[in-house]
Amino acid sequence: MSVSVPHALAVLRRNAAMYARTWKTSLLPNFFEPVLYLAAMGVGVGSYITEMAGMSYVEYIAPGLVMVAAMQGASFEVTYNIYVRLTYEKAYDAMLTTPIEPDDVLVGEALWGVTRASIYGGAFFLVVAAFGLAPMPHALLAIPLVPLAGLLFSAIGMAYSLRVYTIDLFSFYFTLFLTPLFLFSGVFFPLEERLSSGWMMVAEVLPLLHPVRLARAAFSGEFSLQVLWDLAYTFGLSTVLLLSSRRIISRRLTT
Amino acid sequence: MHVIEAENVSKRFGNRIAVDALNLRVPKGACYGLLGPNGAGKTTTLRMTYGVTRPDIGSIKVFGLDSVKHGRAVRSRIGVTLQDTVMIEALDVYDNLKVFGRYHLLSGVELDRRARDLMERLELDSHAGMPVKTLSGGFQRRLAVALSLMSKPELLILDEPTTGLDPAVRVTLWELVRELRREGTTVLLTTHYMDEAERLCDELAIFSQGRVIAEGAPKALIREHLAREAVEFEIDADDDAALLQGLSISGRPLRIGRRTTVYLNDAAPLLARLREADPEDLGNMVVRPTNLEDVFLTLTGTRLEGGA
Repeated sequence: MSVSVPHALAVLRRNAAMYARTWKTSLLPNFFEPVLYLAAMGVGVGSYITEMAGMSYVEYIAPGLVMVAAMQGASFEVTYNIYVRLTYEKAYDAMLTTPIEPDDVLVGEALWGVTRASIYGGAFFLVVAAFGLAPMPHALLAIPLVPLAGLLFSAIGMAYSLRVYTIDLFSFYFTLFLTPLFLFSGVFFPLEERLSSGWMMVAEVLPLLHPVRLARAAFSGEFSLQVLWDLAYTFGLSTVLLLSSRRIISRRLTT
Repeated sequence: MHVIEAENVSKRFGNRIAVDALNLRVPKGACYGLLGPNGAGKTTTLRMTYGVTRPDIGSIKVFGLDSVKHGRAVRSRIGVTLQDTVMIEALDVYDNLKVFGRYHLLSGVELDRRARDLMERLELDSHAGMPVKTLSGGFQRRLAVALSLMSKPELLILDEPTTGLDPAVRVTLWELVRELRREGTTVLLTTHYMDEAERLCDELAIFSQGRVIAEGAPKALIREHLAREAVEFEIDADDDAALLQGLSISGRPLRIGRRTTVYLNDAAPLLARLREADPEDLGNMVVRPTNLEDVFLTLTGTRLEGGA
């Protein structure tokens, strides 16, 4: 078995054809969500905080929230939607009657997760930029980080979805995994100032931490060697998880 | 030249043997039917044929290629209509055809042309822009077949193509299958309707519990296993020995309660005896040609539809 990119793109285009029907209604909330976060956390809570890490609070949370948007954009797609396609819509059974192989499905779905993350995260970035919270031009470096965060959370979500046999378990993924990540990955406060260096080593396992630090570096224009570690983590974990999903998707689709 | 060749193929799921030592040869241009009740191994056989289920033992060759090792190549030349509805319900007929065509890497003008041709051919064009979920069952099944024709397949695989459809739609689909065969398409189908099998298929394999228990042309299968005529009548169990004594009966009489079916080449002597025994209602007698259902009942002791 091997990946055929044209077939993987055909998988992506199936999802895109469905999304094309609903994008107008689903994109609008994507613009409101960041505005609400920025308003409540940045302007509301932020007015009680003189500064954080040398900037206004709303400026502090902006880069992390762009990565959160990418995470959320990918996550819904590769959890509930993959489960529905697998179990109810029998989409993969249909694909496997054609030259499409399980590996193509895996790659196509991951690319679609990246696409959705890019739409969410890209929309968020535009809002942030419109509010003047993205210092130009170096904040533009955060743009390629949006699909990268999408890839990471597609890989994580798919690794989970393909091992789950009931739709009820996805609420655990959201409330016990994504929500803690959202709150404790350095989006709202500098994690390294609250944790001892020992605990900070442990916190390095948190997947969202790395895209958030990368986005923060892009927005501030200050890069350290840590950027390399964050990139290595993001690419490395994505690759390992996607490879580990190959065997499982093959088993689920071709018994 | 055989389009499908299965040699000594077996597949088990856990402790259950789904397909047991299957041998199958489907000639080019034929319509070959797998007939049997639910759970007899028909769908597993289909899935192994298009390479999605891997046999534990043996291999299936399609167009001379191993269906698992060369799955991509095999599936680029076949079309499969699954039993489950696999259309995208939110999309319309035309978009569904396009999505499916892209799985075969069709694009641009060619993709559009094939989708429009099939909508016209299967009389779907009046509903081209309707979301699939608003279509009737018959329309949906026609679309399901249309999807599997997007690749212009040399081999068409149909899994229970008419289950749950009303008679008019069944006849339309049968006519489509005949038309495709005239154009040279080989057809492999599963069904548990013996009338469908008798009308459409040149050759049949009768499945029971994972094994092929009989194989051949529908008429030949009937001739081989039973006499020409079937007589059904009602009689008490104690009385039938006397009634049937001396008649040349093929197989054993089948009894369900008082209802008894007997197979003979010449029904006349039995009819005379029934008239004599009960001139009033003739034991609710029916005389008809022997069919595949009878063959199946005789071979397995169970019915095709609904099992038991």
